[in-house]
Parts: sequence; structure tokens; C-alpha cells
Amino acid sequence: MEPIIIDGTPKTPTIKFDAKEGVFEIKGRSIPENSVEFYKPLVDWLDLYKETPLNKTVVNIKLEYFNTSSSKCILDVFKKLEAIHKAKNDVEVNWYYEEDDEDMLEAGEDYESIIRVPFKMIEIVE
Amino acid sequence: MSFNIETYFSDLSNGNQILYYKGNIDSDLINRVLDTVEAKMVTGNERSKLRKKVYNVLVESLQNLYHHVEKVPEGFEDQTSDKYGLLAVNKVDNGYKIITGNFIGTNNVEMLEEKIKRINRSSHEELTELYKFILNHQRISSKGGGGLGLVDIARKSGNKLEYLFKEYNEKSSFFCLKILVSENN
Repeated sequence: MEPIIIDGTPKTPTIKFDAKEGVFEIKGRSIPENSVEFYKPLVDWLDLYKETPLNKTVVNIKLEYFNTSSSKCILDVFKKLEAIHKAKNDVEVNWYYEEDDEDMLEAGEDYESIIRVPFKMIEIVE
Repeated sequence: MSFNIETYFSDLSNGNQILYYKGNIDSDLINRVLDTVEAKMVTGNERSKLRKKVYNVLVESLQNLYHHVEKVPEGFEDQTSDKYGLLAVNKVDNGYKIITGNFIGTNNVEMLEEKIKRINRSSHEELTELYKFILNHQRISSKGGGGLGLVDIARKSGNKLEYLFKEYNEKSSFFCLKILVSENN
């Protein structure tokens, strides 16, 4: 599978989804007006990946900001990962948040309580 | 008929105005507003925690306008804006005040007011549960909004939503939302 690599913009995050390494990263700001347009190709790609996933998939979420319309799309991404995990593959989500950013920590905890995949909350200390 | 919406922004003069805009709300405008307010908060040496809260609430407020405004009523002063909205950002003692104004259908007033009242009755924990419920059960609407905006605004601002509705005519009403974003919550 070809990886997905998308450079970040002021409103959309940097994406690196590498099926060979099994490491997926979403980083930066995700605040577009139309989030579905941005996330649909990622969700479709994950649909393919979940047919033949690696034994271990690591997902690194390093978001500075995300809007509520992205939050639904990010949930869709996590639901694909949940399906991979349910099929007895290792999936680990590393949710990064900056020191003192309790809102971003809480956002990670929201997903952790909805999605049955192990989450690790990682504080970035400057 | 005289209808001066600025009357409802009477507390605009309180505090230090960072930004005031009325007119069409499009994607470029949203970018410019976010850049301007972010730059002013950096210059003003605001702590990153408050800066992030203000930025988040501002994104949701602007995108609420972008997704939900109704056409301006006939006879209103601005007939050219496709998505007419009003926005003010003020620095106040304990944080920032973000004020938005837009037209909505008069028939939607009751529903929106009920939604805001429900949010204002909720504790932080209840808002978290409400947010998660909507996130997990509601699809993105045809207008592109997820129905989460106001809940998220209340959750991040840490304060009750102040609001008012003013009927313009039987079809159109003006909705004004005032959000205080403060750090110590």
C-alpha cells in the first residue's frame, strides 16, 4: 500500500500514514470548515489497510487544535482502528498534549472512553 | 423600520476591543480573524492556556456563523452578504469576551434557546457526557456542523453562555451570543 503523506496547512494537519511501518501520525491544526472532505481519503485508506494490517499499529496524535467538525472525523478514524484491534491485532494510540493543555487531555480521554483501543496520554513538556 | 443591531452589542465598549467586524463570513475572513486575534494574544503575552481556549472558542464561534446563519431579512441594511454575521472580541479583566450576532429563522428560536438553557444548566462533567453522546451518536448535518459547537464552547470557556434573541419580523430573528473565556475554571 502506498503511504499517505500530506503537508500541514494553517487549517489542516500533517498526515503520515505508513502501512509498511504501521505508524500513523496526525499532527498540527485541524480546523477546516469542511472536515469530511479532508478526512474521507484517510478513512478510505484505513478501510483498505484493515484488510491486511501489521501485527502492531501505532497511532500518534499530536494535535494543537481541532474543531468539532474534525472531532467527528477523528472518531471515524479511531473506529477503523478499533476494528483492526478487534480482529486481534495490536493497536496503540499515543495522544500527545502540551503541558497545561487540560482541554486537549480531556479530548483524548473522551475518545479513550468511546473507543476500545489502548490509549496512552503523553504530556509534552517544553 | 429601524433595527440597529449594534444596540445589542452595548457592552462592546467595556474592556479593550481587539477586533470588531460585521459583514460576510467566509473562509478567508475566518482565517484573517484567527490570525489577528492569535497575534494580538501573543503580543499581549497571554499564557498559552488562555490563548488556546480563546482560539478554540473563536474557531467554533466563527464556524457556527459560517454553517448556520440564515439569509438577512428584506429591508436589512446589508443585502449583499451571503452569510451575514457580526463579531467582536474584547479583552476584559479576567479573560476575553467573544460576541457574535447573526440572523436565524424565527421558527428556530425556541429550539436554540432550549439547547442553550440545557447547556447552561449542565456542570462541566455533564457537558463532557453530553459532548461524548453527540460525538458518538449524531452524524454531521447537511450544513456541515456537527451539533457540537455550542457544547464545546461552553465546555472550553468554563462559563455560562449569555444570549439574546430579537425578533426582526415573523420570519427572521437576530441571535446574539456572548461568551466569556477565562482561564480559572
